[in-house]
Amino acid sequence: MTVTENISLHGSYCLLKLTSLQILPDMYPGQFVQVRIEKSSTTFLRRPISIHYVDRKNNELWLLIRKIGDATRAITQYRTGDQLNLLLPLGKGFTISQRPVTADKPKLLLIGGGVGVAPLLFWGAYLKDAGFDPFFLLGARTKEELLQLEHFRKWGTVHTTTEDGSHGEKGFVTQHSILKNMRFDHLYTCGPKPMMMAVAKYAFSASIPCEVSLENTMACGIGACLCCVEDTVGGNVCVCTEGPVFNINKLKWQN
Amino acid sequence: MAELRINIGELSLRNPVTTASGTFGYGTEYADFMDIERLGGIFVKGTTLEPREGNPYPRMAETSAGMLNAVGLQNKGADYFIHSIYPGIKDLNTHIIVNVSGSSIESYVACAQKMAGLEKIPAIELNISCPNVKKGGMAFGVTPAGAAEVVRAVRKIYPKVLIVKLSPNVTDITEIARAVEAEGADAVSLINTFLGLAIDVKRRKPVLSTITGGLSGPCIKPIALRMVWQTYQAVKIPIIGLGGIASWEDAVEFLLAGASAVQIGTSNFIDPTTSLKVIHGIEAYCNEFGFRSVSELTGALMQ
Repeated sequence: MTVTENISLHGSYCLLKLTSLQILPDMYPGQFVQVRIEKSSTTFLRRPISIHYVDRKNNELWLLIRKIGDATRAITQYRTGDQLNLLLPLGKGFTISQRPVTADKPKLLLIGGGVGVAPLLFWGAYLKDAGFDPFFLLGARTKEELLQLEHFRKWGTVHTTTEDGSHGEKGFVTQHSILKNMRFDHLYTCGPKPMMMAVAKYAFSASIPCEVSLENTMACGIGACLCCVEDTVGGNVCVCTEGPVFNINKLKWQN
Repeated sequence: MAELRINIGELSLRNPVTTASGTFGYGTEYADFMDIERLGGIFVKGTTLEPREGNPYPRMAETSAGMLNAVGLQNKGADYFIHSIYPGIKDLNTHIIVNVSGSSIESYVACAQKMAGLEKIPAIELNISCPNVKKGGMAFGVTPAGAAEVVRAVRKIYPKVLIVKLSPNVTDITEIARAVEAEGADAVSLINTFLGLAIDVKRRKPVLSTITGGLSGPCIKPIALRMVWQTYQAVKIPIIGLGGIASWEDAVEFLLAGASAVQIGTSNFIDPTTSLKVIHGIEAYCNEFGFRSVSELTGALMQ
């Protein structure tokens, strides 16, 4: 695919937009792509990256990247016109069983932390298009690290927490007052594992259905190598094909 | 046009390019990316008599030009394969070869016996070289006596093409190759992964849950190639070469060193169409250098 834009966001983040000569295939929120990173000589395997958003009008795929190691740093070096080899779309995404009946719409809360907010934009947009009014609860260390807020606001109500109190409520997402003041029908979360486990703990205690997006280390991304397995109630399953999104009831996170 | 067909014992492959066990699932995982019926054969995921959960996560560590894995033969067992997987792949127009593993002589024999009953499985690859299981696996493959014992037992009950996959974690791979040849193996495939280690320096802990794992990828290719070359001089049975093949040039190197066929492994993860590119490249190479048959390449290394 061809890079159309590489937008540098705060600090170590960037938004990469890609297009293709062909119409992009159907993609579903929560799915991911496997990126081959030829610009990094130390990177052998592809890197799994969440689908941040699909802009159908411009036939564009958006990826939100945080520079963590050589591979992600190299991805941020790609410029307009550069070619990037991607396998897509991969995995199973978020699910919704309720319908957006007009009288009493199910209240859906999408909780993201750090670069983990990435798939929630696409999911929020999908839910809004399907007639829901999603809520976002986005957490970061500082206000500068709260990413893409203007985009999230297009699709739902946005609440934030920062660890230093520079934006929204001070503290972690699981401490936000909205969790005490509102009753949600479904939670969706993506972010650092301790955060997702805290969200899952809250969901278990409040008996709210909850889906989490895992990011186990992967090789193939298509269920062939069996490297990225998660220990679930059904045994070891591939995160790349059975996930990356899992209902918390399938995980062994209860304790 | 060069003839690409080659023989491994009584098995005739339409070309010498196959995919390595554990890297290509049951073939169907790759059907979205390529026409898997173009392959000479598919070595499917390692199968054991009983189901195995494999090792705990983390099972994989990226390395320089390669990766370590410690999957530990996760599979649902021979009966599941027969009832739930075989029906979906048996009519593929390519050879499906099952990689058979065990934790004892008896379990190798029992699993091989079950595979012998499947009409559309013309061969098995006996895995005596998995470095990621505590019992069996590589334990049989690191001594000539151990390797001979397994092959002797399986040969008695397995009438079809018997390929034995060898471990590189030995002092002299040719001794093992000779031992399995003497017990009636139809071919050897080499090499399986090298035992390796990766450490997370921040945590001062091994990356893999099992501490050590099997190293694969382009980083092992020169060693694999050397072992194929040595083995070619030691045995008469065909050699299927593997270990870090990422391009047609790599594959041709293995053929020149003495392999009759090759397996593409870890490179399937980087480019799912590697094997197709290798087939095209070998054909073009034969045509360019005047080889009428790809089998003329085997051992054609000039010295």
